[in-house]
Amino acid sequence: MWQRVRRWALIALAFLAWAGIAPAQAGAPKPVIERAAKGDRCVEDTAFMRRNHMELLKHHRDETVHLGIRTRKYSLKGCIDCHASKETGSVAAAKDDFCVSCHAYAAVKIDCFDCHSTKPQGAAQATARLDGARKRLADATRALGMKDIVGVAR
Amino acid sequence: MASITYREIDGDSAGYWLLLGGIALFVLFGLAAYVYMHHHGHVVTGMDNQIVWGLPHVFAVFLIVAASGALNIASIASVFEKPLYKPLAPLSAILALSLMAGGLLVLVLDLGRSDRLIVAMTHFNFKSMFTWNVFLYTGFFVFGGIYLWTMLDRTVKAYSKAAGTIAFLWRLILTTGTGSLFGFLIARELYGTPMLAPMFIIMSFAYGLAIYLLVLFAAYAWSGRPLGDALVRRLKNLLAVFVAAVLYFVATYHLTNLYFAKAQAVEAFVLRDGGIITTLFWVVQVGLGGVAPLVILLSSLGRSRMWVAVASVLVIVGGLAQMYVTIIGAQAWPLEMFPGYKATSSFFDGVVHAYTPSMPELFLGLGGVAVALLMTTFAVKVLRLLPEALDDATVEKLGH
Amino acid sequence: MNDNEQTVASKARRQFLGTAAAATAGIAIAPGVLLYEVAHGKADDEPVSSTVRWGMLVDASKCAEGCDDCVKACSAENGWTPVAESQHPTQAPQWIRKLELQDPLTQTQLNLPMMCQHCAKPPCVDVCPTGASFKRADGIVLVDRHICIGCRYCMMACPYKARSLVHEPLNDTQKPDVPRGVGCVESCTFCVQKLDRGEGTTACVEACTAAGHGALVFGDLNDPDSAIAKRLREIPTKEVRADLKLDLGVRYHGI
Repeated sequence: MWQRVRRWALIALAFLAWAGIAPAQAGAPKPVIERAAKGDRCVEDTAFMRRNHMELLKHHRDETVHLGIRTRKYSLKGCIDCHASKETGSVAAAKDDFCVSCHAYAAVKIDCFDCHSTKPQGAAQATARLDGARKRLADATRALGMKDIVGVAR
Repeated sequence: MASITYREIDGDSAGYWLLLGGIALFVLFGLAAYVYMHHHGHVVTGMDNQIVWGLPHVFAVFLIVAASGALNIASIASVFEKPLYKPLAPLSAILALSLMAGGLLVLVLDLGRSDRLIVAMTHFNFKSMFTWNVFLYTGFFVFGGIYLWTMLDRTVKAYSKAAGTIAFLWRLILTTGTGSLFGFLIARELYGTPMLAPMFIIMSFAYGLAIYLLVLFAAYAWSGRPLGDALVRRLKNLLAVFVAAVLYFVATYHLTNLYFAKAQAVEAFVLRDGGIITTLFWVVQVGLGGVAPLVILLSSLGRSRMWVAVASVLVIVGGLAQMYVTIIGAQAWPLEMFPGYKATSSFFDGVVHAYTPSMPELFLGLGGVAVALLMTTFAVKVLRLLPEALDDATVEKLGH
Repeated sequence: MNDNEQTVASKARRQFLGTAAAATAGIAIAPGVLLYEVAHGKADDEPVSSTVRWGMLVDASKCAEGCDDCVKACSAENGWTPVAESQHPTQAPQWIRKLELQDPLTQTQLNLPMMCQHCAKPPCVDVCPTGASFKRADGIVLVDRHICIGCRYCMMACPYKARSLVHEPLNDTQKPDVPRGVGCVESCTFCVQKLDRGEGTTACVEACTAAGHGALVFGDLNDPDSAIAKRLREIPTKEVRADLKLDLGVRYHGI
């Protein structure tokens, strides 16, 4: 019985070895990596990002959710802002969009976009940020009894 | 000293393969139900933001509670050293492990994000009963498995008592934990009481033994092995005691609640005005699951094996109803955020919440039952779990 | 003037200009430094701290029957579908809802919004198996949807029915600032995305104030000079289900 088992194990091993060494067939289409719509370079260099972007995102997300640290450099929103496709306006809507094309090729399923929007913040949101900052400044200036001394409060 | 020979069942008859195939079919249905629910989200189920835990949890908690109770027989043999129960121990152990596997599977597959099981096993909040359950359930398999090993492997037989004691204590903690899942919740009127933990322990004794009896009857009847009345008589008397104890806990629980003015509304709901909940409580849980089996088991009907089997089925059905009332009845009653006021809102505050179980939920629950039965049916064929003969003569030689 | 006189005069002038410039710079920068403290403007890379405790005051006496400005604002800001527009109303998430309460003895009516109470001792945090339900340092009770497994135990545990499960896939309709997804549980976040930007308020409070009802006040409970702290000292307030002793971040007046 064990002789049979050994024989089949050897066959299986040989098959796996062949599969590993055999040259890649014309299989999955190579990912289309669209040049980012904004900015001239990524936050880190390409090779580093290819290997480590998931670690950066995973670490940053914990800092954001649990500690309220909202730096943009390694944030998902930061990525989406630059990498959203010019046509679809998204990183995961069409099959050639930035995140999807590589992940489909690598067959690594991501569930980020079960929850996260794939589109960048609209201009409306950006203005809201500025308004918030202005309001803070205005409140504080008033609280100090100073009128427009810094001149930015307006 | 009598020696009991354990032997695998032949398991080569058409009947055996049909049984295995039939159970496997329900496993497949359960799997299909899971895939459907996971793909579309819980929107396809009858569960909503009011009834958060539904039929799958009824089945899952029932199976988990029964699993812990099924180990009782083996415990009586090893821990309390009653020689009469020793031949029954291996089946008890495998049944416990199988029921636990089935129940856990249903629980895990009902998660909103069941793909995140690894997260559940790597992120812990030690104030949560669910986190403790991860360790308790894992330990149940480990210690239950070791205990089974000491029963099957002669070289480690000496450790059987130690292993049995650990497994016994472990499962007491585990079932206390299961009851405390609900006992720790202050939010719901019917929860937040220390009584739920011991009640679950007693329920486990009853459900576990009822399932054990049915599996024992089926295994011996269908494999053509003798099962004597002496053993059956002892087991059915034990079942009667457990069923009576469950009724006692239920009575005390509700009578105590009825004493409090603040709980009278919710008790009126369960005991009188709750529609399906009330029917399940009185007719199925108390009547069919409690009073009827007691009458059967303690009267002359209890001498007939068929009636003992009927009583066991009734206990199981009553148990499922009890889980339904406990889990869904408690959620059906609205949260009293402003006691004394009548509340209405767009979020269904202030009204009794309706629940209609959906087909995927039912098949998921049945799938868990099927997994447990499949494991047991297969195990008795490949492992030496069942004594060749349990007729009165053989059993007599065991002593008491 | 000869050169000597000019040099002396220039030096004095230069000194004066230098001092004046320094003084002006000091006055210009000082408010910036003070501003930073007074406005709690948290820098992006700074973690939140427990020196701030966010809270809300609901004045039920100013809350009108039939008005749901707060609910509409919340759903618009956070991207959840209002229940009236939902295809599955019993399964639709509701982060905030209006409660109509009636006293059976007098038939008098009371109206108030009910949302996550952001307890200091949240039962939902106690029961969460993975720690996804957590309390942030500044008092906001949140769900970390990265580790939420959708077990719904927190929904069973919450005495205020604050939590909802997302029952169906959202298909990229989420707001970029408010990630939420199928299978995870969610509830009112005190508009944490707005708070972290320094806006110091929530969508519901903004809407109620803008409409002139004035039933909602939001702010830092730990700051004795904040509007909410001052108001809490002026009027009597209660916690809903105060008997549970959960030390809530939301206080009600008029209940």
